[in-house]
Amino acid sequence: MIGIEHYVVVSSILFVLGVLGIFLNRKNIIVILMAIELILLAVNLNLVAFSAFLHDLTGQIFAMFVLTVAAGEAAVGLAILVIYFRSRGTIAVDDANRMKG
Amino acid sequence: MIHVFAFYLFAVLTIASGAVTILARNPVHSVLWLILAFFNAAGLMVLVGAEFIAMLLVIVYVGAVAVLFLFVVMMLDIDFAELRAGFVKNFPLGMLVAVVLLAEIVLGVGAYKAGAMHLGTPDGAAITAPGTTNIAAIGQLLYGRYLFLFEASGLVLLVAMIGAIVLTHRQRSDSRGQNISRQNARRPDEATVNMKPEVGKGMTL
Repeated sequence: MIGIEHYVVVSSILFVLGVLGIFLNRKNIIVILMAIELILLAVNLNLVAFSAFLHDLTGQIFAMFVLTVAAGEAAVGLAILVIYFRSRGTIAVDDANRMKG
Repeated sequence: MIHVFAFYLFAVLTIASGAVTILARNPVHSVLWLILAFFNAAGLMVLVGAEFIAMLLVIVYVGAVAVLFLFVVMMLDIDFAELRAGFVKNFPLGMLVAVVLLAEIVLGVGAYKAGAMHLGTPDGAAITAPGTTNIAAIGQLLYGRYLFLFEASGLVLLVAMIGAIVLTHRQRSDSRGQNISRQNARRPDEATVNMKPEVGKGMTL
């Protein structure tokens, strides 16, 4: 029988895959953004699974808010990526040290 | 029986396409695998009865965010082979971090086996009434108890939209835009001048 544990395992594997993606593709910021989307998907899956487990809809409401923030984050991140590429001609994040932070 | 089959199908496809997303050589393929991962996660959500969130995931992610990614990947002219250069070098560190994270999760599950923590009982304020559909119950909550949070998320989207437009907008020198203040400041008496030239002197041939 499928229980809450199965959903937690799937979402934690997805989360770890997202973190691994950030580390593996350290130069390619597009894949880093996609890995962040994977992490947020894992969070949403967790929220929805526990919402169904507890018979409480609050989890699904908050999954919707996470979705909203993820969409905004993707839009602003890609906009920054586009202007960065326009001014530098590359998207390698290793070179992004102009502000010496 | 069909539940178990559907769960394992969706779960395996979600994890496999998530793995290919971060390992694919070509970012265009990455985006396509990401779409498959989102789609199967939506299937996982449908299985537990969260059909509204599942549809939202398909519409927002597959329809908007993934297509946005696809546009940007195809618009930028990048040598992706050069960007992959550090892949082998970063692999041990990445695997180390992944293993540490997994070990933490296993630790948490092992601690749970010794007895669950009691986090209190829900007050029942958001419990679903029997007989209402998922979308009706979400609507009741969203436009009632969470109305201000809903408005705030709309504001977040507005700020993100304005931010993205402001960031990527650029003034082109070769485009002729409308200068409204200059248009309004123009008066009829200075726009046309009556010269009254003598006969035969108005123009040279």
